[in-house]
Amino acid sequence: MKNMKMMMMMMMVVVSEASMMVMVSEPNMIEQTCKETPDFNLCVSLLDSDPRGSSADTSGLALILVDKIKGLATKTLNEINGLYKRRPELKHALDECSRRYKTILNADVPEAIEAISKGVPKFGEDGVIDAGVEASVCERGFIGKSPLTNLTKSMQRISNVARAIVRMLL
Amino acid sequence: MAITESLLPVTSEQDPLSDSRSDPIPETRRRRPIKIHLAVFSGFLLIALYVALIVTHDGSVSKNGANEDGTVVESRARLAGVSEKRNERIWRFSDDQKTVAFAWNNTMLSWQRTAFHFQPEKNWMNDPNGPLFYKGWYHFFYQYNPNAAVWGDIVWGHAVSKDLIHWLYLPFAMVPDQWYDANGVWTGSATFLDDGSIVMLYTGSTDKFVQVQNLAYPEDPKDPLLLKWTKFSGNPVLVPPPGIGTKDFRDPTTAWKTSAGKWRITIGSKINRTGISLVYDTTDFKTYEKHDTLLHQVPNTGMWECVDFYPVSKTKANGLDTSVNGPDVKHIVKASMDDTRIDHYAIGTYYDSNATWVPDNPKIDVGISTGLRYDYGKYYASKTFYDQHKRRRILWGWIGESDSEAADVQKGWSSVQGIPRTVVLDTKTGKNLVQWPVKEIESLRLSSKKFHMKVEPGTVVPVDVGPAAQLDIEAEFKIKKDDLEVILGDDSVEDDKEFSCQTSGLSTVRGALGPFGFSVLADQSLSEQTPVYFYVTKGKDSKLRAFLCTDTSRSTKANDVVKPVYGSFVPVLKGEKLTMRILVDHSIVEAFGQGGRTCITSRVYPTKAIYGATKLFLFNNAIDATVTVSFKVWQMNSAFIHPYSAEDLGVSSRT
Repeated sequence: MKNMKMMMMMMMVVVSEASMMVMVSEPNMIEQTCKETPDFNLCVSLLDSDPRGSSADTSGLALILVDKIKGLATKTLNEINGLYKRRPELKHALDECSRRYKTILNADVPEAIEAISKGVPKFGEDGVIDAGVEASVCERGFIGKSPLTNLTKSMQRISNVARAIVRMLL
Repeated sequence: MAITESLLPVTSEQDPLSDSRSDPIPETRRRRPIKIHLAVFSGFLLIALYVALIVTHDGSVSKNGANEDGTVVESRARLAGVSEKRNERIWRFSDDQKTVAFAWNNTMLSWQRTAFHFQPEKNWMNDPNGPLFYKGWYHFFYQYNPNAAVWGDIVWGHAVSKDLIHWLYLPFAMVPDQWYDANGVWTGSATFLDDGSIVMLYTGSTDKFVQVQNLAYPEDPKDPLLLKWTKFSGNPVLVPPPGIGTKDFRDPTTAWKTSAGKWRITIGSKINRTGISLVYDTTDFKTYEKHDTLLHQVPNTGMWECVDFYPVSKTKANGLDTSVNGPDVKHIVKASMDDTRIDHYAIGTYYDSNATWVPDNPKIDVGISTGLRYDYGKYYASKTFYDQHKRRRILWGWIGESDSEAADVQKGWSSVQGIPRTVVLDTKTGKNLVQWPVKEIESLRLSSKKFHMKVEPGTVVPVDVGPAAQLDIEAEFKIKKDDLEVILGDDSVEDDKEFSCQTSGLSTVRGALGPFGFSVLADQSLSEQTPVYFYVTKGKDSKLRAFLCTDTSRSTKANDVVKPVYGSFVPVLKGEKLTMRILVDHSIVEAFGQGGRTCITSRVYPTKAIYGATKLFLFNNAIDATVTVSFKVWQMNSAFIHPYSAEDLGVSSRT
């Protein structure tokens, strides 16, 4: 009899804990994950803005960020293409930037998506870190003020956040 | 040259709030304008501190000590999730504001390709797989991406050699063509059965991304080249057991015999943050019996990849077949740490009866950051095999790149394999392994020059050996006895309690007894150089301690390259001279201290010290000690690694 009571109580504790877990964890998956990154606010805003964010697991969140890297790289490449006309004197640096951002799109992003999807996060980490690196190298190619500074910084920030989330998968 | 703006927000003069102009998520910004501005600003602070932390934590030397903020330290620690984060691909640009991005040209990039290290003709390579010796040929398989210079689409590349040096590329051994390896034919190991036949166990990533173990065997055992491989119809033979993540179950070892006559394998995994090695017994490699106990586990080391397990002799210099056990034998457990990308090993005792292994010294257990490593540079996912032909155990290790992926794409390839090393227990210390490039590498030695030089403190001497991109150097160093005695007897010479190559051992930082060694891959003006050197310090017990280091911080003018200082303690026993061997092969430098007690592999990418401009220097940067160096330098031939043809295989042409 005593045992039964004990068991009932334990069951209740377990059940209530479980329901609390569900209540707490689902809406906060993004926030919980983002707390572990170096840029909580950017992380939350990027993931909240994506319709897949609310139902994604950790690797899903990482993949969303890789997608953001892809989007930003595409946007930056468009900007670079526009700059060729507006700022022809920057051709040399723009060529290098173009090559670097194409590396992000053609090498880093596919590498990261495949690695994160297949469960070898360390190669995903390589890809997302490299995206930040390529952006930085591009930025440094300008003699004088770079017209891409803001885009570079955005890429570095997303890269840092993405990296932190990919590392959670290791 | 104009000053470019720093990439690090910490030194940015720009108003961080203005950054929101290019914020990639405008909708969010509209929704929460104030919050996002704050967010951007605090994000910047965090990044700034985070970058500073990385800078101080990536294994390279930094003068930036901005890691006082408690919250950031916490978030960094949690972020890394590891005690030691030392990722090669963490970037660090030089603090020099005048540095502009480096534009590689094809002349420079072509030079980086190695001459006598194994690398595929093009594209990406990673882990060594299933090395073995069969019917006169050494076989080497490797993780390979046929489609790009970055990881992906993995198949098993295959090559053969008569001597572990001169390789012939063969067609792929296995590609993803089954549901159980549809997403990749990943790392595996070979086992010789009693009748001399071969079984290969490898990890497949299934169509559902589950990591499973599969069995394959040569289609024609009479074919010495083992060109065709058959995948067992009953694959997979092992799936992740309950409690193990579906993506945490990979890289089966070579099997060894139990005293009951069964075969036993181990597979790395993790439970929460504890790195573990699961154990299975089998008789036919098709069905397996899982042990409830683990071969070994170490908390807080994360996922264990590419576990290796093998015996070493306590008394003899030859290697041992994987199944050998007995009173004269110690057992090595090696695991590749997914978190840190470091191969850690430990020496211990294996208990056949309950399939467990216990380290000799729990303080330096597998994966502990202060524990033993095969190599203190860049070296990962290694694997040994027993060479029954020459009765030795040979170690293969994957050496990745330290440059950007854009450079890898431009040059069209990524990664090399280290020169295969014989590996034995150090019978003198009993506390570490000794690794040495296989004897066969000496067949590449061409002309040699012998030197005997006395080098005064603070001197750099050019060593005239002609071209210096492909060298084998063996050297012996003697510190003048009087100098040693003066230093040991001088209380004012401070004890170096916490010396490390990474934090205190830049080759330019002068101490009483070091650094001294060679600068390889240097240009005439030493504007680029990679010093490989000893540093001797006085310990608190007034005993000397030696360190072997490689400093890549000045190895190149390029700024899109990681340039760490690598190194570690080297045991030097009474009466021993300090000895060093260095293999230089274009973009790879392998250093071996004290006959291979401590090894350092590094990747370097000079821009000026290439082709005919590559020089060798000897230096002594010690303050007090004169060093006498006896050394020999060989020019090294190319191994001319190429695709196989009938002639290569000694097969007479058909007609």
